[in-house]
Amino acid sequence: MAKYILKRFLEMLLTIWVIATLTFVLMHAIPGSPFNTSNGKSINAVAIKNLEAHYHLDQPLPVQYLIYLKSIITFNYGPSIRQPTQTVNDLIGQGFPVSFELGMWTLIVAIISGIALGVIAALKHNGIIDYLAITIAVLGISIPNFVLATLLIQEFAVNLEWLPVGTWQGVSYMVLPVIALATGPMAIIARLIRSSMLEVLNQDYIRVAEAKGLSPVLIVFKHALRNALLPVVTVVGTLAAGILTGTFVIEKIFAIPGMGKYFVDSINSRDYPVIMGTTVFYSTVLIILLFFVDIIYGWLDPRIKLH
Amino acid sequence: MSSNDVSESRQQSAVVHPIPDDWFRPRSRKQHDAERLVRPSTSYWKDTWIQFRKNKLAMGGLAFLIMLGIMAVIGPMLSHYNVTAQNLVMQDLAPSPAHWFGTDNLGRDVFVRTWYGARISLFIGIVAALADLLIGVAYGGLSGYKGGRTDNVMMRIVEILYGLPYLLVVILLMVVMGPGLLTIVVALSATGWTDMARIVRGQVLQLKNYEFVIASKSFGSGTARIIRKSLVPNTMGPIIVQVTLTVPSAIFSEAFLSFLGLGVQAPFASWGVMVNDSLSAILSGYWWQLFFPALFISLTMFAFNIVGDGLQDALDPNLRS
Repeated sequence: MAKYILKRFLEMLLTIWVIATLTFVLMHAIPGSPFNTSNGKSINAVAIKNLEAHYHLDQPLPVQYLIYLKSIITFNYGPSIRQPTQTVNDLIGQGFPVSFELGMWTLIVAIISGIALGVIAALKHNGIIDYLAITIAVLGISIPNFVLATLLIQEFAVNLEWLPVGTWQGVSYMVLPVIALATGPMAIIARLIRSSMLEVLNQDYIRVAEAKGLSPVLIVFKHALRNALLPVVTVVGTLAAGILTGTFVIEKIFAIPGMGKYFVDSINSRDYPVIMGTTVFYSTVLIILLFFVDIIYGWLDPRIKLH
Repeated sequence: MSSNDVSESRQQSAVVHPIPDDWFRPRSRKQHDAERLVRPSTSYWKDTWIQFRKNKLAMGGLAFLIMLGIMAVIGPMLSHYNVTAQNLVMQDLAPSPAHWFGTDNLGRDVFVRTWYGARISLFIGIVAALADLLIGVAYGGLSGYKGGRTDNVMMRIVEILYGLPYLLVVILLMVVMGPGLLTIVVALSATGWTDMARIVRGQVLQLKNYEFVIASKSFGSGTARIIRKSLVPNTMGPIIVQVTLTVPSAIFSEAFLSFLGLGVQAPFASWGVMVNDSLSAILSGYWWQLFFPALFISLTMFAFNIVGDGLQDALDPNLRS
């Protein structure tokens, strides 16, 4: 196991290096620079020269590439070009805890409610409860989350004035964004669980468990659900990386100071250090989560061997 | 059991149940026909269709999708308004006999734009789903079946695709190919198949140790045949569910790109663009501008999902009643 983990760790470093390199190539392949995409303000040519020299943008690309590699290894990307008073680490350090808190609650709500809906639907296959559960799940996928978010704000914050929105000051500010964000993943999980539960419930080992006289609760949770979880684990791994590191649209609509906006804003404004910093951060989180997914695969189904 | 025991038990049964000779009769010609199959033999897909037809909800969904496809083609022709024609006198009109779905903030007819949007959104969704099926299934199947080093390398490539900032890829494609529908479709297809690949791989890892795969292998089947004939058919359930999830997610991704101004370019509109544009209109009370495109997005997704569920039940012999 230790050997496996060490091997995977080296592979993770390799993967992050490839992602960082491709990102570097892509972001320099796009025309534009941090200084000429600003909102209509023109900067004096000499000033641009000086700024480029300050951020090493006047160097040949291979040299810039080496500077970036060094900044990745030392976890120090320097200041943002567009917000020079803050370093990239500051931006991530302020934004990520907020996004993480929102993301964790979203995942907890989505996973628990998704599994519950899926299991109920599978157990009552083709009954009214199945159709009801699937209708709820499908409605969740059918409504784009920015529409749902707008409607929730309109109804619960503006009309009924039950819940506050805008900014991030406590639990009551979290309710609406978590609902808006969790509905989609909940629906995806519910549908995957339903379909794999239907397959698993027909297996012989479930019949054996029934023949042994085990309680239905034990059969569902210990024998069936464990085997039905595999497709869900696959999907949740990647969903989680996106949700935990912040979502652009929901954070924007609810004015949550998370880090979702940096992924989009940095690319639009060609803020190279922020692009690199957020990309490397995101891919690190993603790759660690995917590693856990593989470990959980082996644990859920011992027939899958880890090499 | 020794031979002695066998003869003993035969003797016993002969004693307990003597069979009189007149019980034996020559077999008539008609009884010979008993071995003939009464039910006409059906192909796999015909059988699936027979099963699918029994599911009324799924048939309703299929009927809706067919109607939608027809309306996407002829809908814009049913009204004399042009998709892009602006009429600043007729701004923000509520639904009426003149404008069935009302008008938007530039006086354009929402009815015509909804059907025009259906063309673009359905096209994007269907192309993304095809890419999912062609690339994702083959990639995931091969990776899971080959296992070992091949699997490792192929999955690391998927992780890299996941980790790359998707917006950078889209913006670069916009620069290289020029903005437009084709660019959006290519960008969504190129990055969208990875979930399918991971799901198929997960299932194949589980399936490849089953006896029927080993049997097929021992009969000399090659990798391609085993994946196509043994592994993929047994993964149909999750594959179909994933396809029905890909269609909405492609339509929403396009909507998200519109949110950033990278989607289908004005004056043309997809449903996603229409929903985006009308989010602020709802605060002014012009509900119809949001309601109709959002309603059709939701109905379409609903139809795709119930058709997917119906297909899944019909394709899986274990779930047949």
